[in-house]
Amino acid sequence: MATAAEHRTARAQADGTADEAARTAAYEAVFDAAVAADERIEPRDWMPDAYRSTLVRQIAQHAHSEIIGMQPEANWITRAPSLRRKAILMAKVQDEAGHGLYLYSAAETLGTSRDELLDKLHTGRQKYSSIFNYPTLTWADVGAIGWLVDGAAITNQVPLCRCSYGPYARAMVRICKEESFHQRQGYELLLALSRGTPEQHEMAQDAVNRWWWPSLMMFGPPDDESAHSAQSMAWKIKRHSNDELRQRFVDICVPQAESLGLTLPDPELKWNEERGHHDFGAIDWTEFWEVLKGNGPCNEQRIAQRRQAHEEGAWVREAAAAYAGKRAASNGEAR
Amino acid sequence: MVLSHRLGEWAGKAPVLEEEVALANIALDLLGQARVLLSMAGDEDELAYLREERDFRNLQLVEQPNGDFAHTITRQLYFSTYQRLLYAELAAGDGQFAPLAAKAVKEVAYHQDHAEQWTLRLGDGTAESHRRMREACEALWRYTAEMFHPVEGVDVNWKDLETSWLESVSAVLRRATLDVPEGPRSGAWTAGAGRQGLHTEPFGRMLAEMQHLHRSHPGASW
Repeated sequence: MATAAEHRTARAQADGTADEAARTAAYEAVFDAAVAADERIEPRDWMPDAYRSTLVRQIAQHAHSEIIGMQPEANWITRAPSLRRKAILMAKVQDEAGHGLYLYSAAETLGTSRDELLDKLHTGRQKYSSIFNYPTLTWADVGAIGWLVDGAAITNQVPLCRCSYGPYARAMVRICKEESFHQRQGYELLLALSRGTPEQHEMAQDAVNRWWWPSLMMFGPPDDESAHSAQSMAWKIKRHSNDELRQRFVDICVPQAESLGLTLPDPELKWNEERGHHDFGAIDWTEFWEVLKGNGPCNEQRIAQRRQAHEEGAWVREAAAAYAGKRAASNGEAR
Repeated sequence: MVLSHRLGEWAGKAPVLEEEVALANIALDLLGQARVLLSMAGDEDELAYLREERDFRNLQLVEQPNGDFAHTITRQLYFSTYQRLLYAELAAGDGQFAPLAAKAVKEVAYHQDHAEQWTLRLGDGTAESHRRMREACEALWRYTAEMFHPVEGVDVNWKDLETSWLESVSAVLRRATLDVPEGPRSGAWTAGAGRQGLHTEPFGRMLAEMQHLHRSHPGASW
């Protein structure tokens, strides 16, 4: 493993290479060595075009998920059953907007812009996590999202804190701290329901029944069908395979479900002594691909609301730009 | 509590991401203040979720629907300017609300600044934003006098508060190239009515949504 100083020297040498093709090859060698040495790639470093575009895709999709993910939870803000829960939920949705902001900033370091990315979201050219195409039908869904959806997100995202791209890794450190907090709050919400009246307990169980499988789908397609996995792992954007993380998540959830006093809706779920893991039933991949294609329960509604907010806010953004322009002009005159 | 609820309705619908954060932030501050106040009077959830519309004492201004962003900002400008002046005076005194006011005055100063900045941007932005802002200022003007009807147990000089409020709001509106509305600041119905439990029609609908789940599970804890 090379040291950071050696890489700096190699970079300087690459800069000095005259022939363009040779220079690119030299840059590539420096890049590969930096990734191999677990160094962070920073915005001004040379990087392969495909590395840049795969990161833009992944970070944008992550940012979009935070923004679309506000909707299913915001759906319950006005109906939260106590002022304490209402405050917690509002703070959580606010955090998600903040996470969206960090992530768009991280994506912008790669030479794109928030406007461009939002446009791609609004026109369906970039995706967001398929989980947010499921509806929140009862208050318990807010807890199930916190416990399972945020739990799955954390399992996915903690390794991203060591991702090879510096700005993304640093954004993830901040995001993961807040997500763990949300996850505990979700668990605590479900626990209150589970220990509450029989109706509340049933509400909690029903929510877990509906969110369990979609949460397992959050880890993406099985390893042999995952298009970007191999390259992303080689570049150390990803650190673990989809199936590996999914297994880790199942193993974490089983004892938590027990202490919640709730069951997971999978008759095949059981401890496998030999593997040292829980075996679990088959995921309905047809449903997964349908939701991904836009045929989930809320796909249209989510994008329509996002577009509507954006379109109805256009005059506000124009006003802010016009006002800023006038201020800049009058400051210019004052000088 | 009522205004916080209205701001909560913006979640996921704001014109820019930064405003999602700002509006939620203000909503949370207001909810925090409401919880302290309600707890001083009794059980916060009982008071929030189990009172009927006629028992609520909030101002009619804060229950007004969000409307467009200009309406939300105008409502915020009118109310946060009032809160800032009121809390500053309460914080300086030694009444039972002084500790709450001392903490809240910092928050409402931020709210007032936020509303003022947007009033300037919208009023002095484009022709469209100016028109919307003018309409909003006029539409909500009739709910502004009720803020200065004396509240029992709150020892402030309401007359002076009203004068300061008018000066402050007028100055912001003029800087934003907006006319100070000329219409009456109260009607036969609006003056002090909210304080007597007389509300506008949208309020009942808001409460129905807010209280539904809590009321569906009597005695449950959440």
